[in-house]
Amino acid sequence: MPHKTFMAFIWPSLLAMVLFIALPILSVGYQSLFIEHKQILIEAETCGPFGCNKEVTVDVEAMADLRAEQPAGRFNGLGTYTNASHLAFDEIGEIFATSENFGEIRNRIMNLPFYKALIFTLAYTFIVTPLVIILGFIIAVVVNSIPKLLKGPVIFFSLLPMLVTPLVGSLVLFWMIDSRGIIGAGLQALFGDPTLSLKASPTLTWITLFVYGVWHSAPFAFVVFYAGLQTVPQDTLESAMVDGASRWERVRFVTIPYLMPLATFIALMQLMDNFRIFEPIIGFSAAASATSLSYLIYNDLRAAESPLFGSAAATSMLTIVGVIILLLPVLRRNWREFNRKT
Amino acid sequence: MSNLANKKPPSLVALSTVFVLFWLVVAAFPFLWTMWGSFKVEGDFFSRADWMNAITGPVTERQHGGPFTLDGYRGAWIEQEFWRAVLNTGIVVFFTVVISLTLGTLGGYALARSGFKYTFWLLMAALVFRAMPHVTLVSGYLLPFFQMNIWGYLPTTIIVLVAINQPFTLWMLHSFFLSIPKDLDEAAMVDGCTRFQAFRLAIIPVMWPGVVTTGLFSFLLAYNDFTVTSMLLTQENATMIPKINSFLGSTQEEGKVMYAVAAVVSAIVPLFVLILFFQRQIVSGLTAGAVKG
Repeated sequence: MPHKTFMAFIWPSLLAMVLFIALPILSVGYQSLFIEHKQILIEAETCGPFGCNKEVTVDVEAMADLRAEQPAGRFNGLGTYTNASHLAFDEIGEIFATSENFGEIRNRIMNLPFYKALIFTLAYTFIVTPLVIILGFIIAVVVNSIPKLLKGPVIFFSLLPMLVTPLVGSLVLFWMIDSRGIIGAGLQALFGDPTLSLKASPTLTWITLFVYGVWHSAPFAFVVFYAGLQTVPQDTLESAMVDGASRWERVRFVTIPYLMPLATFIALMQLMDNFRIFEPIIGFSAAASATSLSYLIYNDLRAAESPLFGSAAATSMLTIVGVIILLLPVLRRNWREFNRKT
Repeated sequence: MSNLANKKPPSLVALSTVFVLFWLVVAAFPFLWTMWGSFKVEGDFFSRADWMNAITGPVTERQHGGPFTLDGYRGAWIEQEFWRAVLNTGIVVFFTVVISLTLGTLGGYALARSGFKYTFWLLMAALVFRAMPHVTLVSGYLLPFFQMNIWGYLPTTIIVLVAINQPFTLWMLHSFFLSIPKDLDEAAMVDGCTRFQAFRLAIIPVMWPGVVTTGLFSFLLAYNDFTVTSMLLTQENATMIPKINSFLGSTQEEGKVMYAVAAVVSAIVPLFVLILFFQRQIVSGLTAGAVKG
């Protein structure tokens, strides 16, 4: 296809992506160099019958003018990146200089909002992804062995947790784990502890979110593996059997190697999706004990009086760097394959 | 012949049956429970006394004279004007799907038929764009949108959702068009069609299975979106998911939680119906990327 025809076909799609994905990334980069204007204060003396009072107020008019003139705020360079609510270099240095043991260092780093979010995001990504693959594989193998009549309904109900909106899905679970809900009450009865609440401790909240993540994504892995299982070569399975391989050995040495490429695909999709975990934190009202990078950005943009564009943009840039690091191995592999083909 | 390989000892059959049943309960029970509970009052759904109350509903019976009540739905849909959010969702989803598919088929077709190196880079860029957390993009939109005075309107949101949808749509339709033989449109071009005519006359008639599958996923993305819609729409223009979230903030008083429960169930039911009718397409769409990638 000549270049001109190619462009004629692809320009609307390309334009949409450039305008609303590429430019916003640049805009985020630009915004991250600025911070909010300083408040312009005016001192006014109000004199009443009982003497004079000095009052300091924000000059709303002047602030509005200033905002209209420089909407991005004032230039701050890389200051936003290094301040206490982002990379916090000074604080980290101080923590390492003054802390006595590893536990203390860990606790103090967990109090810095950016690192707290980063650690949760990474933990979520790298704990949920393998669990999803393992659970999905087990479900696929088991469902593959049940009578055909049952498979349809099983797949139907399995798709639900994945396709339902994350916020809605997490709310449904959140209401059930409420101490007055069925799972919450059930757990209290099980452990004989009427004060047990999954929302109370950070550890339990983290576990709840991980469980939600596995519940939400396992169906995806299941469906992909299940489709793959239909194409496993029967001949190889049978010759393995003739050679005396047990049931487990057939799964281990025939099925699993055959499905390995699918596992890579699922891992890639899951890494991308889990890295942006966000809605469940809102659904489970978990922000006090678990925040993610996406949640930090959302929170900055939702700040009470005026959105903290600079702070949100700096976190966004750091998140984008994270995404690219995460994708580097995939991009490199694709590049090599593409070169081999051409 | 495969009977031999698939024969199992009874203990294994029992074990797998139990496991499947367990998985079914884990996957489906929360939804069925919440649907059932949405017809109760808060005192039953969140029962301090006994969890059985959520099934039998004694408090509901005392307050409304029957074990079921539509109170939650009435409150959510009429009092809190959830119908408005449903309408907005309908508009946003419809236009997002239609525009995404139009742009996506054209672009995906071009990517599948052009052998130049830049198609690789475009696809890789699309992959990176697909991985971007949406909220990072939103933080890039807000300020420019405020300044251009286009913040808060449905068309703005639709265009943004279309753009966010594009990388995925392009990938999916690209791999679908690769599976349509090149000979088809090339034969049309030998017969004197231009590229566009060949696309219109030879490709469009055979592309519907792929378009329907991709459309389903565009639908899900637009329908399920919370990040973009919650940040870019005003209160009156809010779609269902942000609306549900705003219920949560104002539902501390007795009984209001049930509004949110009813709204959540209202949002789940269309998905239920969707899976019922399109299960085959959804499954094939999920696996399409895997088989080709």
